Amino acid sequence: MWVYEKALLYPVRVTRPDPRLAKAIITQYGGPDGELAASLRYLTQRYTMPIPQAIATLTDIGTEELAHMEIVAALVWHLIRDASLEELTAAGMGTYYADHDRALYFIDGNGARWTAAYIASKGDPVADLHENMAAEQKARATYERLIDLSDDPDATDVLRWLREREVVHFQRFGETLNLVHEYLSRRRVF
Amino acid sequence: MDAERRQLLDRLVALQFTAVELQLYLDTHPDDQRALADFNATVQDMAGVRELYESRYGPLLSYGFSSSPRSWRWVEEPWPWQT
Repeated sequence: MWVYEKALLYPVRVTRPDPRLAKAIITQYGGPDGELAASLRYLTQRYTMPIPQAIATLTDIGTEELAHMEIVAALVWHLIRDASLEELTAAGMGTYYADHDRALYFIDGNGARWTAAYIASKGDPVADLHENMAAEQKARATYERLIDLSDDPDATDVLRWLREREVVHFQRFGETLNLVHEYLSRRRVF
Repeated sequence: MDAERRQLLDRLVALQFTAVELQLYLDTHPDDQRALADFNATVQDMAGVRELYESRYGPLLSYGFSSSPRSWRWVEEPWPWQT
């Protein structure tokens, strides 16, 4: 089961509306390399992992990604909540407003809806862990581009922290892959 | 949210993050005794700060992991994205 904690894992203190930036950041909510995709990818791959360290790593990183999803949601929310209709329209969010007003929805930066095609669950631990390491690098690259697009220091601060977490997760998945390789080679010997 | 409450919550969140980071590390290094000691020390520090925060501002955890003496304060704002 999961237990909710009434606090963000990293504080979001954005005060200025910036729908132009929100429109870009929302891809980390519902885009191909976003936090929803990351969380569901890891949590659904757990069942076919051959060693307990891999199951634990997927459970814990999958759970942390849910906390990141909440941080990205808070970030987008703060950037659009007080934006006027004129500001939303000028930022290219007029069509988003028509469908969702200022509600959060799982889309990428171009409006494509989230799809399970964003994630893989191959049932092969080596293939799945490589998928996850690539996913972390793609998310890191996306956060770096979002940092390039941001001129709000409070938003940039949160984006930098999220970028750093992708680097750490990549490291942990690499270690997990090594442990899986060790396990597979031992199994071949005996 | 007043400055005192914010400061206490920031302390708790910093400890929470330390616990997350150590937990991920321990998943792939379960025999690292130093990391294990750091993790357990963090858990203890967190319990103290959480108890203090919850006694003033209400429960932080759902589903029975925090108690709610006197009144049901879970429904009170702010939620995490409202601060």
